[in-house]
Amino acid sequence: MPIRPNAAWRAGLALCVGVLLRPSDAAAHLVTTGMGPVYDGIGHLLLTPEDLVPVLALALFAGLRGAAEGRRAMFLLPVAWLAGGLFGLRVTATPAFPVPAISFLILGALVAADVRLSANGVAVLAVVLGLVHGVLNGAVLRVGAGGLGLLGIMAALFVLVALASAFVVSLEQPWTRIAVRVAGSWVAASGLLLLGWAFRG
Amino acid sequence: MSFSRKAAYSFAVPLLVALALAAMPHPAFAHVEQGQAAGFLMGLRHPWSGLDHVLAMIAVGLWGAQLGNPALWLLPVTFPMMMSLGAVMGLLGMGLPGVEVGIALSALLLGGMVMGEVRPKLAVAVLLVGFFAVFHGHAHGTELPPGQSGLLYSMGFVIATGCLHGMGIGIGLVHRWPAGRLALRGAGAFIAGMGLFFLARALT
Repeated sequence: MPIRPNAAWRAGLALCVGVLLRPSDAAAHLVTTGMGPVYDGIGHLLLTPEDLVPVLALALFAGLRGAAEGRRAMFLLPVAWLAGGLFGLRVTATPAFPVPAISFLILGALVAADVRLSANGVAVLAVVLGLVHGVLNGAVLRVGAGGLGLLGIMAALFVLVALASAFVVSLEQPWTRIAVRVAGSWVAASGLLLLGWAFRG
Repeated sequence: MSFSRKAAYSFAVPLLVALALAAMPHPAFAHVEQGQAAGFLMGLRHPWSGLDHVLAMIAVGLWGAQLGNPALWLLPVTFPMMMSLGAVMGLLGMGLPGVEVGIALSALLLGGMVMGEVRPKLAVAVLLVGFFAVFHGHAHGTELPPGQSGLLYSMGFVIATGCLHGMGIGIGLVHRWPAGRLALRGAGAFIAGMGLFFLARALT
């Protein structure tokens, strides 16, 4: 049966297309949402692929391992991130090696290979990722959103890991789990390329 | 089928409103994050820039579809990983002899595999695809434009490569029908023929 668009549908479509086509501000770093530091922190995480992609890769990996591992990651990652962030707020040193590239590479490879890591192994992974990226985030947020920004990041991490890992846990068809592993291989391949960029300088 | 005036209005009205909204002046603070979006788009576009690359990557998907599981997903996983390795070699200035010849051979051999519906051992198929992926990656690595966002460029680059494999797999699904099987072998023959052409061009 053909769909007959009514006036409301047409207006909605026009609005959506118009909004999508409108040029908008590009502000991926030091995000200022205008809604306060907590939202700035959330915006920072969601618009920074260096942080966002490893987090999603960890969530996918935890989901592949099972619901219990997903729950551990969901709680441990935000706490470790906060701890690292609080430390990062007090330091100025930047790492000599490309942390995001290494995170991409390791987590992507783990997802792609569907490595049978124990629950404790997943927990350690979540804590290490949280601490390392938390320190880097803290250093960035010191001049902006500060500690409240970290709280926003923490909340966003909790929701992201919960949603992504629960999604993977719910996958039943074998091909869907394979699709997750393919996505992991893309993350690892991006990490490898990023490493090359970093070494080239 | 007649296209009534009412139907024309139903399309014209949203189109005009959308264009009006899109044309509204709005400051684009692109200087804040210069090169970020461009980096992703350039990365996304780069694997499509050469027909030799495109055909070889589609051939990987076609061959995977012919071979079935687990090659169906293992080959498209191997290719981006090894291609990235080749790109890193290119980025770091490490030389690789006969890059263009390797790329042409990849189209020729992978197309040949599809054409002949060759079914080697899984390890052999993975090695073959991985070996040629290094040449593709090296060529891309040496051509990467300066001043781009490395991460976003890399992500766009890898996603586009994966999409090309996905396209190959999607086309390759016709393998389940006898006529589709024949068409797939025809597509393999076409890719192999193009590979021969690229090889001749690379050697002259």
